[in-house]
Amino acid sequence: MLNKNPLWRYLLVSAMLLLTLLYALPNLYPEDPALQISASRGSAITEQRQQQFEQELEHAGLSAKSVQLADGKIIARFHSAEQQLQARDLAKTLLGKNYTTALSLVPATPDWLSAIGATPMKLGLDLRGGVHFLLAVDMQAALDKNLNDLASQVRSDLRQAQIRYLGVQTELSNNQLLLSFRQAEEMQAAAMLLAKQDRQLVITADNDALHLRLALSEQRQREIREYALEQNITIIRNRVNQIGVAEPVVQRQGADRIVVQLPGVQDTAQAKDILSATATLEFRLVDTDSDIAAAVAGRLPVHADLYASTDGRPLLLDKRVLLTGDHIIDASAGYDQYGQAKVNIKLDSAGGSLMADASKNAVGRRLASVFIEYKPGTELGSDGTPLLVKQQEVINDATIQMRLGREFDITGLSSPAEARHLASLLRAGALLAPVQIIEERTIGPSLGQENIKLGMLAIQWGLVAVLLFMVLYYKAFGLIANIALGANLILMIGFLSMIPGATLTLPGMAGIVLTVGMAVDANVLIFERIREELAEGRSVQQAIHVGYDRAFATIADSNITTLLVALILFGVGTGPVKGFAITLAIGILTSIFTAVVGTRLLVNVIWGGRRLQSLPL
Amino acid sequence: MQIFNFGQPLNFMKFKWPALWLSALLVVGSFVSIFSQGINWGLDFTGGTVIEVGLAQGADLSMMRQTLAAAGYPDAVLQLFGTSKEVLIRIPLRADVAQAAVGEAVLQALNSQLAEPVTMRRVEFVGPSVGEELKQDGGLAMLVALLGILLYVALRFEWRLSVGAVVSLAHDVILTLGLFSVLQLEFDLTVLAAILALIGYSINDTIVVFDRLRESFRKLRDATVDDTINHAITSTLNRTVITSLTTVLVLLVLFFMGGALIHGFATALLFGVAIGTYSSVYVASATAEVLGISREDMLPPPPPEAEHTG
Repeated sequence: MLNKNPLWRYLLVSAMLLLTLLYALPNLYPEDPALQISASRGSAITEQRQQQFEQELEHAGLSAKSVQLADGKIIARFHSAEQQLQARDLAKTLLGKNYTTALSLVPATPDWLSAIGATPMKLGLDLRGGVHFLLAVDMQAALDKNLNDLASQVRSDLRQAQIRYLGVQTELSNNQLLLSFRQAEEMQAAAMLLAKQDRQLVITADNDALHLRLALSEQRQREIREYALEQNITIIRNRVNQIGVAEPVVQRQGADRIVVQLPGVQDTAQAKDILSATATLEFRLVDTDSDIAAAVAGRLPVHADLYASTDGRPLLLDKRVLLTGDHIIDASAGYDQYGQAKVNIKLDSAGGSLMADASKNAVGRRLASVFIEYKPGTELGSDGTPLLVKQQEVINDATIQMRLGREFDITGLSSPAEARHLASLLRAGALLAPVQIIEERTIGPSLGQENIKLGMLAIQWGLVAVLLFMVLYYKAFGLIANIALGANLILMIGFLSMIPGATLTLPGMAGIVLTVGMAVDANVLIFERIREELAEGRSVQQAIHVGYDRAFATIADSNITTLLVALILFGVGTGPVKGFAITLAIGILTSIFTAVVGTRLLVNVIWGGRRLQSLPL
Repeated sequence: MQIFNFGQPLNFMKFKWPALWLSALLVVGSFVSIFSQGINWGLDFTGGTVIEVGLAQGADLSMMRQTLAAAGYPDAVLQLFGTSKEVLIRIPLRADVAQAAVGEAVLQALNSQLAEPVTMRRVEFVGPSVGEELKQDGGLAMLVALLGILLYVALRFEWRLSVGAVVSLAHDVILTLGLFSVLQLEFDLTVLAAILALIGYSINDTIVVFDRLRESFRKLRDATVDDTINHAITSTLNRTVITSLTTVLVLLVLFFMGGALIHGFATALLFGVAIGTYSSVYVASATAEVLGISREDMLPPPPPEAEHTG
């Protein structure tokens, strides 16, 4: 017999290699220092702005490599880090506070590669430097707030239904409300009333003590937790976007954790200020009677303050605050009956009655939502960290159409995007549950660089050692195994670059090194098997054929179990360990492929088509 | 070139009892050390703050210690990390200070007191709950991995082999933990990853032997169980040794060139691969034999393999 390659094997191997090589290529290009400019408050940057900025750059003698507008953001690449810094200062003075600038390193992937979606591997924080935070959301606080709110609702409901009760107590320790009554009939009436309202409550009655116990149902508690987590993620994402960090990660982890990664950030104090900065919201009436021009000129009426809206309009608002943001339970974007974007706001019961009272005499007046945030400013405190500056902004003003209650809409918004943004800001005004930093890792830029260098060096020397060993031991077949090992590296790097969630970490690099050592295993199994078959007296071609076939069963069995371990590692591990698990799993799959399909192709091409007495093995 | 070329299978099983006794002894020894001295858990597991700083010149540790003690951190542990210009400062968890701010406070104290400013290389803070969870998750991962392997091998092979595989894996893990306990090496997250990778490596080795064992049982009809096992181990010995060699080669590179952060990882795997190679030869097969594996157990009818002839 002769060993010949079926056509599919050529096609498969060359297609795989070509594809992964293409996707591995971007890793060879260096990164450009770049400046990223985005507009605050979620709006997009216009083309005019971009051209204006480009002209200004030229004016200042800063020749950018390229200035692009993508996703409403300007990305300007420069030849040196110096130019990048100068350009940032220029952009800051030119564009003002409505824009945020971020320094970043943008991969210099050529256009034809980016066009097919090829990007370099994402580097983990341990390789590029930056801050990693793990935040825990205080879920008990969210439940407590809900319970307190429920208590005041229950009180007002009972009063309205004219059911007399002795007291409504909140028992925060077991997430329950304790209602006490004087008479059994009153207790039953209350139980009926509360059951009818379907607030997802679990009601238990104690007939002897005349007590009703109200507990939030499991389902409701889960909803509260989910909401608190989602709300925190939204707020943190907003803040992180505003401070200008390139490629930040804000991600949920498990039931009550949030991972925040800020690449390139070294000043952890500032980052922490931002994460823990408090935002509040106030509703005030707009003063349309006083002279706004006079106010802008400095002559303020006694009962009003001057504010600015997001688009820069001056507004006079009543000093009296109608309602503060902590009464907001929920704010969601939607559409009104005319298909216009709107934001629906739900208040707690106390907020509802405040709003009802206040808006009763204010129908036809305009209601402004003022967003107040404490952000790190440009001034530095004595310890060198930026001082927090109070920033107030009218994010929306709308005419009150009728008396408002616990639930009302803000309409007249220009786009669904604006509605979503407003809703998230309104929610941010009333943080349900505070967060706490439970893990923090800061990697300095020099250590990151060093780690990359060490990792690359280890990969190179590991590779050299294994390549040498294989050639010495298996001669010509060793060369084949080495070609397979090279292909294996290309496949691994290609796949790691393709998978969107994969990041390369230091343990991940160790995983690559380890894979280099273990990847030859499949080839060793095959070659040893062929030797055995030859020793048992089979012809050369038969030995190759049977060797590959029999070794395959072993390779499959042994690697499936290893893959199983890698998957478990991926499922349980976090951060760097996950990175390690990914490289390990990919390495196993690619090494099977290169050994079983790849080397067979070569072996068949070189030795499979001839009648031979012996193999150079 | 070929390392081993034996005409006759080596009689590995002649030493199965001494080997099993030796392994049992080592396992017991490891347990004694783990329970008496404990394991030197790293920051990832204990919680606390670790600060790595770089200095332009060699570090004066006692001076830095005094500075930190004066700044309110008498319990700070300082050590050189890698070179004489890098210092690792560990500060254990305390109830009275805001933990997340310790890193900045320490850097500030050092920079205001020392003549020569230090550069921050990394600051890591891990809260107490995180470390506890990591221990649990890590333990769980190992158990799930062992159970998964137990099931898979039982399905693909036979329950005695499956028990043998899991016993040998547990043996590898326990001995590696024992080594870290005896030498009081720091056990951090990368070491946990290494031990899980070791489970993957060691099972690979074991399965290769088992695979051959199954084949040998079917081929050698009149041989004793001992002889069959010897035959299987001998014919896979070349592969076992070569794969271990290449793996050890790259691990040596990692050990000597990978830097201080990856040291624990390389140490755990170097030791583990050596132990794993031994255990897949001795512990796994010997356990299966002691449990009474026989030729009949390996004969459940597979689809008859077609002989390939030209």
